[in-house]
Amino acid sequence: MNLSNKNVTLHDMSLRDGMHAKRHQISLDQMVSVASALDDAGMPMIEVTHGDGLGGASVNYGFPAHSDEEYLQAVIPKMKQARVSALLLPGIGTVDHLRMAKDCGVSSIRVATHCTEADVAEQHIGLSARLGMDTVGFLMMAHMISAEQLLEQAKLMVSYGANCIYCTDSAGYMLPDEVRKKISILRESLSTDIEVGFHGHHNMGMAIANSLEAIDAGASRIDGSVAGLGAGAGNTPLEILVAVLDRMQAIHNINLYKIMELSFNKSC
Amino acid sequence: MSKKLKALIIGPGNIGTDLLMKMQRSKWIEPVWMVGIDESSEGLKRARDMGIKTCATGVDGVLPHIEEDDIRIAFDATSAYVHAENSRKLNALGVIMIDLTPAAIGPFCVPPVNLQAHTQELALNVNMVTCGGQATIPMVAAVSQIQAVSYGEIIATVSSRSAGPGTRLNIDEFTRTTACAIESVGGAAQGKAIIVINPAEPPLIMRDTVHCLTESEPDQAAITQSVLDMIENVQQYVPGYRLKNGPVFDGNRVSIFLEVEGLGDFLPKYSGNLDIMTAAGLKTAETFALEAHAGNIQLPVRQSGVLT
Repeated sequence: MNLSNKNVTLHDMSLRDGMHAKRHQISLDQMVSVASALDDAGMPMIEVTHGDGLGGASVNYGFPAHSDEEYLQAVIPKMKQARVSALLLPGIGTVDHLRMAKDCGVSSIRVATHCTEADVAEQHIGLSARLGMDTVGFLMMAHMISAEQLLEQAKLMVSYGANCIYCTDSAGYMLPDEVRKKISILRESLSTDIEVGFHGHHNMGMAIANSLEAIDAGASRIDGSVAGLGAGAGNTPLEILVAVLDRMQAIHNINLYKIMELSFNKSC
Repeated sequence: MSKKLKALIIGPGNIGTDLLMKMQRSKWIEPVWMVGIDESSEGLKRARDMGIKTCATGVDGVLPHIEEDDIRIAFDATSAYVHAENSRKLNALGVIMIDLTPAAIGPFCVPPVNLQAHTQELALNVNMVTCGGQATIPMVAAVSQIQAVSYGEIIATVSSRSAGPGTRLNIDEFTRTTACAIESVGGAAQGKAIIVINPAEPPLIMRDTVHCLTESEPDQAAITQSVLDMIENVQQYVPGYRLKNGPVFDGNRVSIFLEVEGLGDFLPKYSGNLDIMTAAGLKTAETFALEAHAGNIQLPVRQSGVLT
């Protein structure tokens, strides 16, 4: 595999997916300090919300230490270069939450549905695109359907206005061959102005290998989390991915030593 | 004079057809017209096969027949976008409108909680909230009737196959409208609604979870009895409405777990979410008919087509 000189945008999940692991109890100070360190390390995108996205605060999913609005308002003004994204699951969050996030300075909205239910996202993807935000269609549990079915759902999200489609391995179940097949069909069938992304989980220890496979197959955005902090077995550990990408001479603009240090400090 | 009130249904889709099948068994409501906008639609054909008059030119096409057929009740199973106009035109002719869309221009109606109030004041437009609202708000009310509820949250899980294009396109309407009615009808100070659309095969029966946070320590015996009584009230019009677990008490949290199985009229039994809407709508109409027959309410008097 040759990833030399391939561009990849990394996206940190530790302050959103990592909220699951912390029972949504991350303090405002912790949020700001981790986000600032990520920003300083060169991380281009950082996701901040309740683990289940905007409006996730509930008995069912857990009440967070602070509201989405408080977290976003604390983090965003401190960012020097990183863009902050927010996750939105239709059925949990609404377009009201989306507007709130935009007002807080969120520039990227990721609208997440189960991989077969893209058509619940039309309102939210449409509004996000009309507001001029980076608009991502995030197809979760993508291991449950074929590459062709995934493409069909991706096309719906593109038709609503998404400029990027994610193949999301929520359960960390995929193996590299499947990742290649799914990312390839998305990359080959969607128009070139639509980005393709991969979100891995580490349940089978395959998240790094799967992310590399995704980049090789045409994904330009890769999600991960510093120290792997995330739901279930955790997300793709970013400091390790960055080290591997360095060895493979891919272009990502992140300082390996700074992100290693953050990972070390966060783990302690 | 027949005690039955004559009715029309607007929208010959899943809900309209299921409603028609239930109405044909009703002692109090007689279906007369099915109104659509496409002459060749399956729904209108089904209605004709069931012996119902059909009109394919929308509500305007049926307006001239309202008086001669003495139509007293209309069910709108179309969309929020056209409901307001449909309601205005039919209300003007003295027809009571039962709104099964998310338009919610009239007051919310959840039969075992507030239907009596709406019939007494002869509300000419009542809104049936949402399927999740019909399934869960009686439970929030059962708790809030015993003691103050500071927060009510419901999670409705419906099968992917039973969530039609209207629900999907307007999923925010579901969460907003339901949350609003958890407050105004259920009696919770703050409401929250979540919907999960589950694509599992074979399709799952509708499941609903209700969490109430009470202001003071919950009176377990009184709340349990109130919940059991309310379950029975809903079962009068939705026989497949069942308490699966609970109420479970944990500190100030009261959790109730429900299952709603439909009658399997037009849609399979797993579609309890559609059944509970049509059954609640019909129950509402039947109560208007019953009250009118008993002389407790006076239906609008009809003179030369226009009410004054």
